[in-house]
Amino acid sequence: MEKIIKTPLTDESVNELKAGDRVFLSGIIYTGRDAAHKRLAELIERGEELPMDIKNQTIYYVGPCPAKPGQVIGSAGPTTSGRMDAYAPLLMEHGLKGMIGKGLRNKQVVDSIMKCNAVYFAAIGGAGALLAEAVKEAEIIAFPDLEAEAIYRLRVENFPVTVVIDSKGNDLYKLGKEKYKIV
Amino acid sequence: MREVNVEEITKTVERLCIESNYYLPKDVKMALENAIVKEESPLGKEILSDILKNQEIARTNKVPICQDTGLAVIFLELGQDVRLVGGNLNDAIDEGVRRGYSNGYLRKSAVDDPFIKRKNTGDNTPAIIHTKIVSGERVKIILAPKGGGSENMSALAMLKPSDGITGIKKFVIDTVEKAGSNPCPPIIVGIGIGGTIEKTTLIAKQSLLRKVGEHNTNPKVAELEEELLHEINKLGIGPQGFGGRTTALAVNIETFPAHIASMPVAINIQCHVARHQEAII
Repeated sequence: MEKIIKTPLTDESVNELKAGDRVFLSGIIYTGRDAAHKRLAELIERGEELPMDIKNQTIYYVGPCPAKPGQVIGSAGPTTSGRMDAYAPLLMEHGLKGMIGKGLRNKQVVDSIMKCNAVYFAAIGGAGALLAEAVKEAEIIAFPDLEAEAIYRLRVENFPVTVVIDSKGNDLYKLGKEKYKIV
Repeated sequence: MREVNVEEITKTVERLCIESNYYLPKDVKMALENAIVKEESPLGKEILSDILKNQEIARTNKVPICQDTGLAVIFLELGQDVRLVGGNLNDAIDEGVRRGYSNGYLRKSAVDDPFIKRKNTGDNTPAIIHTKIVSGERVKIILAPKGGGSENMSALAMLKPSDGITGIKKFVIDTVEKAGSNPCPPIIVGIGIGGTIEKTTLIAKQSLLRKVGEHNTNPKVAELEEELLHEINKLGIGPQGFGGRTTALAVNIETFPAHIASMPVAINIQCHVARHQEAII
């Protein structure tokens, strides 16, 4: 099913998302990958303030290309999410509602998604040029020294994603594979 | 002897870095178009169609197909009758990478000290350079940027000769199944069989330079390629792992004589953005 969803997410909007839904996201999302996640986790552990309020927010696992003159952002497709598994449960406990990436998540992440009523979306890996077209504004808000790994605040319009793990714990990677597996 | 100034190599590497990241090879595009027709999953069809749209946008707007513009892997064939002048060959290649990744607005993805500081080198150097001395007076450069997502799902096994074809098949299928959605399927599976530990991984990577649909010239090896492709596409992983028939576009195998005690097998997984460009100087 195709759905249009606004960010920041709400419990109501998360509840209507089911694994396998094609979703077009519009609103604000934040970027963050390996190094930024490590720093966010360290700030939380030290009891310090995060560079943005993550309540109900969505983090997109991406390290974009540099923007060409006239571009809002360079190519910006998702990176493999599994590397953020070590940090995602902590961020969800602090209010994070959505994650956009690609690839498998571990059990702790799935458990946290269910417990915190969150959602895991996948964007198409390798479709960086297409996905960048849905980004209308981009601004670095934290860790500029990390360059491609800095945290950007993005305003997106109809950013195409697919629900992989919904808040009930249904996992499209398992369901889809079972459906098309030939024994 | 023919003289070649290394500046020419720098310029060629710069151009190939940019072109390989902007333009998907035609054979890969055609394989994706054929896959849409065969794909049974409606969501899978949509994903394949978006992947094709993406490469069209990249081509038209001259932007990278994927934000992971990779480490610059270079296969250099150097004619033994060429005399290089004007500087050091490896430095000239790195300078080409530096210029290409800067002038092409490509992402710099190389970090120093892989397990200590992991500081970005800032210019995507050093390149990964494989040099082969060949007959003649030409210099051939193949540039194949390699992203991290698919490279991370690659694997090596030092199989026993007694493991045979059954052992090879099991290792390949298990590796692809375990990788699942991580390496951005549909994938191309490059396999090296034989040689030593470094030779087998190198021929696995080289097999990825083949055109999609071309087979190994040894009919027995070609048969195994077909069989493995069929088995992989029965797994149901599908485009992006969302379920479907298109998990792999091709399986390419290269072989090399091995030690009497050994049967090493390397699997190098390539995502659907199977980039490579070449030039001859």
